[in-house]
Amino acid sequence: MNLSIFATSFSLNLWTDFQNMWQYAFMRNAFEAGTIVAVVAGIVGYFVVLRRLSFAAHALSHVGFAGAAGAVLIGINPLIGLLLFTSGGGLTMASLGKKAASRDVQIGTVLAFMLGLGVLFINLYKGYATEAYSLLFGEILGISASNVLITLIAGILIAVAIAIMYRKLLFTSIDEEVAEAKGISMLGLNIFFLLVVAVATSIAVQIVGVLLIFALLVTPAAIAQRLTRRPSQGMLLSVIVALIATWFGLFISYYLPYPVSFFIATLVFMVYLIVRIAQARIFI
Amino acid sequence: MPINPSIIRADNLSLSYSSKVIWKDANFEVKSGEFIGLLGPNGAGKSSLFNLILGLSKPSTGELEVFSNQPKRGDSRIGYVPQRRTIDDDSRIEALEYVRLGISGTKLGFSLFKRAKHERRMAYQALIDVDAQNLAHRALSELSGGELQRIFLAQALVSKPNLLLLDEPLANLDMRREMQLIQLVGNIVRKQNIATILIAHDINPLLPVVDKIIYIVNGKIAMGKPVDIITSKKLSEMYKAPIEVIRGSRGQLAVLGVEEAMHHES
Repeated sequence: MNLSIFATSFSLNLWTDFQNMWQYAFMRNAFEAGTIVAVVAGIVGYFVVLRRLSFAAHALSHVGFAGAAGAVLIGINPLIGLLLFTSGGGLTMASLGKKAASRDVQIGTVLAFMLGLGVLFINLYKGYATEAYSLLFGEILGISASNVLITLIAGILIAVAIAIMYRKLLFTSIDEEVAEAKGISMLGLNIFFLLVVAVATSIAVQIVGVLLIFALLVTPAAIAQRLTRRPSQGMLLSVIVALIATWFGLFISYYLPYPVSFFIATLVFMVYLIVRIAQARIFI
Repeated sequence: MPINPSIIRADNLSLSYSSKVIWKDANFEVKSGEFIGLLGPNGAGKSSLFNLILGLSKPSTGELEVFSNQPKRGDSRIGYVPQRRTIDDDSRIEALEYVRLGISGTKLGFSLFKRAKHERRMAYQALIDVDAQNLAHRALSELSGGELQRIFLAQALVSKPNLLLLDEPLANLDMRREMQLIQLVGNIVRKQNIATILIAHDINPLLPVVDKIIYIVNGKIAMGKPVDIITSKKLSEMYKAPIEVIRGSRGQLAVLGVEEAMHHES
């Protein structure tokens, strides 16, 4: 959506700027959903990176694409389709065994099939190409109030689930063997975590879309892991990066006629690049 | 309570996978505070014995008691360092936080403020015990093999175990570091009175510190003092092949003929 038609011009008083954009319900929805998703993606992403599941997370979003497109086809809320398909995918991946989630060829094969299936559904729908476009690249400005509510509930569920399992997740992420010997069930934990990733992916797809899921679920966490050595700080930083990118992305896109997800993806990439370059200089 | 309580007791214990017998008729006892070296060729079933003690697998026949009970998975009285390698290259988590997981890693919820501080203090103390306090804030991925082994050891010790299982901690260490680590382990387990079983390839670095050894070969398990087990007669019997044990002037042992015996066997 081109927003520049709404825009009153940018002023240096940021507060007035925010007040300006928050007059519009769709902007409020966008900020609310964006904030929830950024927090969730920052936290979940930290473990996704730690457990080396970024490709699996990426694949789950593609599985979700088929679900969302299917939902569009039969006329229900795409978010429902997303949640169903990603959860199914996560469950399958986890129960196939502990190494399944890192088998990139197999995952890639399923991913391509799911994307193809999604394309078929979109084609059958004969609706607007914008549906496919917003699934693939996100449409944060089109989020309805009811989807904000679903996002909030999903977000709270994830936050609570992670808070409860936090230490076990951390232990198994860093040292699977000892954690298992100490009585933690790897299968149970993998199922748990991939379900969390599935839900997190589903709500993040609304913001950045299937193809740009890395921007929120992986890059902020990867940045945080380069900068911190304590998990609690790492998660906090990961959330902060995701939040800043989302807010800035929304803010900028209010004034410039380019997609929000482009700004989010670009911002996190820039930060990542700066961190890498700065660290390379320190170590040389 | 007896002065020297039994930590592990094996009665006619045997282990097999499907129909293949790994070893059988194992009878031994490990008492509180004893330092045991576990030796034997590759694939003899040394790590499998650890799995039994940890409750990760079940014996085929016989009795195994750990702390006078059936072994159960996740017993916090056991500290365990599996055989390995390095830690994941990308994880930049500091050593202290890793060690801390030894106390908190199996619990639900998270600890804040005072509790977190307390856990970090305990983890730091464990690092001091293994002489690795200078590594506390280094990322695991930056540490060398010898440094990592000390961190693993600290993690196993932080929960104050009564039994310590170390699987090949000396692998990939040079001779000097081998000696340092074994001395360190020896000092700690003596000081804290922890029964310890350490898997190793070579008997020599263990000789100054161990009380007894368990030797597994060809499906047989023998336990005793090193001088009683590492003899030409005893080993020839176990390997069913002529094995020669030669004693050096400083007590070092050279075991000859093992390669040929294993070759012959397979």
